[in-house]
Amino acid sequence: MEYFIQQLVNGLTLGSIYGLIAIGYTMVYGIIGMINFAHGDIFMLGGFAALIVYLLLTTFFVGIPAALALLLMLIVAMLVTALWNWRIERVAYRPLRGSFRLAPLITAIGMSIVLSNFIQVTQGPRNKPIPQLVSSVYEVFGISISLKQIIIVLVTAVLLTVFWYIVNKTALGRAQRATEQDRKMAALLGIDVDRTISITFVMGAALAAVAGTMYLMYYGVAVFTDGFVPGVKAFTAAVLGGIGSLPGAVLGGILIGLIESIWSAYFSIDYKDVATFSILAIVLIFKPSGILGRPEVEKV
Amino acid sequence: MANFSNSVDADGSARMARALREAFFAGLIALGMFALFVGLESGQNIRNELVLIPHPKTLTILILAVMAARFLMVAYVSPYLASQKVRNVTTGEMPTTSAARFFRLPAFIIALVLAVAMYVFASQAEQSLSPTGLAYFGMVRGLAVIYAIACFFFYFRVFVGDNFAKLAIVALVLYPPVIVYFFGFQGSLKWIDNFGIQILIYVMLAWGLNIVVGLAGLLDLGYVAFYAVGAYSYALLSSYFGLSFWVLLPLAGILAAFWGMILGFPVLRLRGDYLAIVTLAFGEIIRLVLINWTAVTKGTFGISGIAKATLFGIKFDATKTGFAALMGLPPSSAYYKIFLFYIILALALLTAFVTIRLRRMPIGRAWEALREDEIACRALGINTVTTKLTAFAIGAMFGGFAGSFFAVRQGFVSPESFVFLESAVILAIVVLGGMGSLTGIAIAAVVMVGGTEILRELSFLKVIFGPDFTPELYRMLLFGLAMVVVMVWKPRGFVGSREPTAFLNERKAVSGSFTKEGHG
Repeated sequence: MEYFIQQLVNGLTLGSIYGLIAIGYTMVYGIIGMINFAHGDIFMLGGFAALIVYLLLTTFFVGIPAALALLLMLIVAMLVTALWNWRIERVAYRPLRGSFRLAPLITAIGMSIVLSNFIQVTQGPRNKPIPQLVSSVYEVFGISISLKQIIIVLVTAVLLTVFWYIVNKTALGRAQRATEQDRKMAALLGIDVDRTISITFVMGAALAAVAGTMYLMYYGVAVFTDGFVPGVKAFTAAVLGGIGSLPGAVLGGILIGLIESIWSAYFSIDYKDVATFSILAIVLIFKPSGILGRPEVEKV
Repeated sequence: MANFSNSVDADGSARMARALREAFFAGLIALGMFALFVGLESGQNIRNELVLIPHPKTLTILILAVMAARFLMVAYVSPYLASQKVRNVTTGEMPTTSAARFFRLPAFIIALVLAVAMYVFASQAEQSLSPTGLAYFGMVRGLAVIYAIACFFFYFRVFVGDNFAKLAIVALVLYPPVIVYFFGFQGSLKWIDNFGIQILIYVMLAWGLNIVVGLAGLLDLGYVAFYAVGAYSYALLSSYFGLSFWVLLPLAGILAAFWGMILGFPVLRLRGDYLAIVTLAFGEIIRLVLINWTAVTKGTFGISGIAKATLFGIKFDATKTGFAALMGLPPSSAYYKIFLFYIILALALLTAFVTIRLRRMPIGRAWEALREDEIACRALGINTVTTKLTAFAIGAMFGGFAGSFFAVRQGFVSPESFVFLESAVILAIVVLGGMGSLTGIAIAAVVMVGGTEILRELSFLKVIFGPDFTPELYRMLLFGLAMVVVMVWKPRGFVGSREPTAFLNERKAVSGSFTKEGHG
């Protein structure tokens, strides 16, 4: 039983990271109906930004408190990654907005190749291990919960609340929802559609950067290929939760994290990715609208 | 008129100010984007700890380049393009004049003379020039040759355009003997293997995927799975049962087609990008099974020592009964490569032939109809289930052929060769070539695969950027950039019109921009 609950805790942590990435997928898909294939690599980029900031801090400010270091890593990673995604959207996706549906998907795949190879060229192809930032572990009823797991779950919860508030209660969120429903009408009503879409990309990238920093802190290693598999898993999470829905993305992320950790614990660790990909296929085939999504109406 | 020229002057200074401002902001943004990733490198020291290696020089050069590019763009390039557009409208000239101005006859003659002269005096140059000078010599010679060839194609563009397929086939059939004549048997290996066979494999894969994506409009991101099925069926069946390539080639195709049907069934209801993601998932599942099912596939180690292909039982080896001995030729590994070149050429042409014939058959027309409007298709009584499944199966079959050819060429297969990136590259070739156009896809394959392959040859870059510079590293980076740039610049691909095969009364080229895709 304790083993099972331990797996639940691990799955929840992993799932929170997937959920943070999935929010980026879900917001972009919701607003322009495009699968942002490069989002996984944006997550990887965020992780690398955090890694370099960490190295800067440990080189120039020896003995800096871990909490402050983590905070600075988060802030810088969010800013840099958001800047990247803002430019990427402007250069690679916006010119193709009126084009056929495949076009932005192709440029997104191209961008994903560019980003991972950019990091490979500039940072080298090897694994980058860092020492543990946060190492305290608490024993609760025989289950060990580490401080970093608590940080990850808390950060996810806080960010989900903040973003839920932004999307549902602020003028910006209203503009986003209006753009999502009818772009032309939103433009006629005085919403700057291009700006709204840009902000959506910036928000998604900032969340991916948080996820990247958390991933780096949790596993203590960064490598340029890190974007693909977590990216596909996060997309699975977004689809499972119902694409376009923020709580759905986090719910889907947690479900994927739980399935993955329980599958690895009880069945076979080799086939854990097969399990995730199968879930993706099964959900899309049998319930494409996901758990919390609206069913899509087929228009003629 | 005086007013007009005044306003142009005022315009000019305002434009300069704007260009400077924009260049400054571009520099700031570039600084923000690249300061962490380019300016600082997370390298390892001897104790395997991470340390920062600063690269201030690279960062400065990069930022200055971005600023200069932005400045030139705003100050000169975009006003020039705008004035060209106005001029074309006012004078009624066709926009092709800029190409005609680029390919002038005197320049062509100069380039031709230069290229010939540089080839004639190559040996003298090698003796007298320093390595740097030699590198620039090679670069200038290469550019002159490329320019002369481009001019040649431009002058005969009508003839080439009308007879493209015939000319291309003749050129490809003559390619190995010509290369052998110029470079000798050993020197020809690189050109026939890396450029010829490699590009033709991608052409064939892209033509196979074109049936699924270009004709039937079903976006498949897991095409490499069928390539893997073909390669592994040849590798496994030949090493376990000792069957020959010519028996297993059709068998691999049939097995891949079978897998195409199996994977096609569950995704019949999906469309657009959801279909893409599910096919991606299937592709990854097949790869993960190949990695983890070690009892049969030997996992990540892969299967090595795969039997070579034979020509009517004649082996291509150095023994007495080998090809070279029988023909009385000196032994060389080049014969086998030339043989493989003709096999893949034949397979690729078969793919093209089948595609062209299928497009004239009811099933091909059903595919095109399905691509344009699925609901209309169903309303008109086309069985969308069989239509989609045949598209998946036939596309997969050609993937399987290419896969078994890949296995016989490498002599080694491992899951490493069938990653998602390969699917993305093949799909990129299909889309950049202009979906549905066989010629466009072939051109795209040559440009994208050949272009990245040629980076390995650019040794003069080492002289310019220093000896540590390895152009190969930038291969995929440039490939990705090319994907983005070509897509943004020409969303419809190199050959950008989609002509329906069936038409009423008169043929109308449906320019792609009028049709929507992925809907309906």
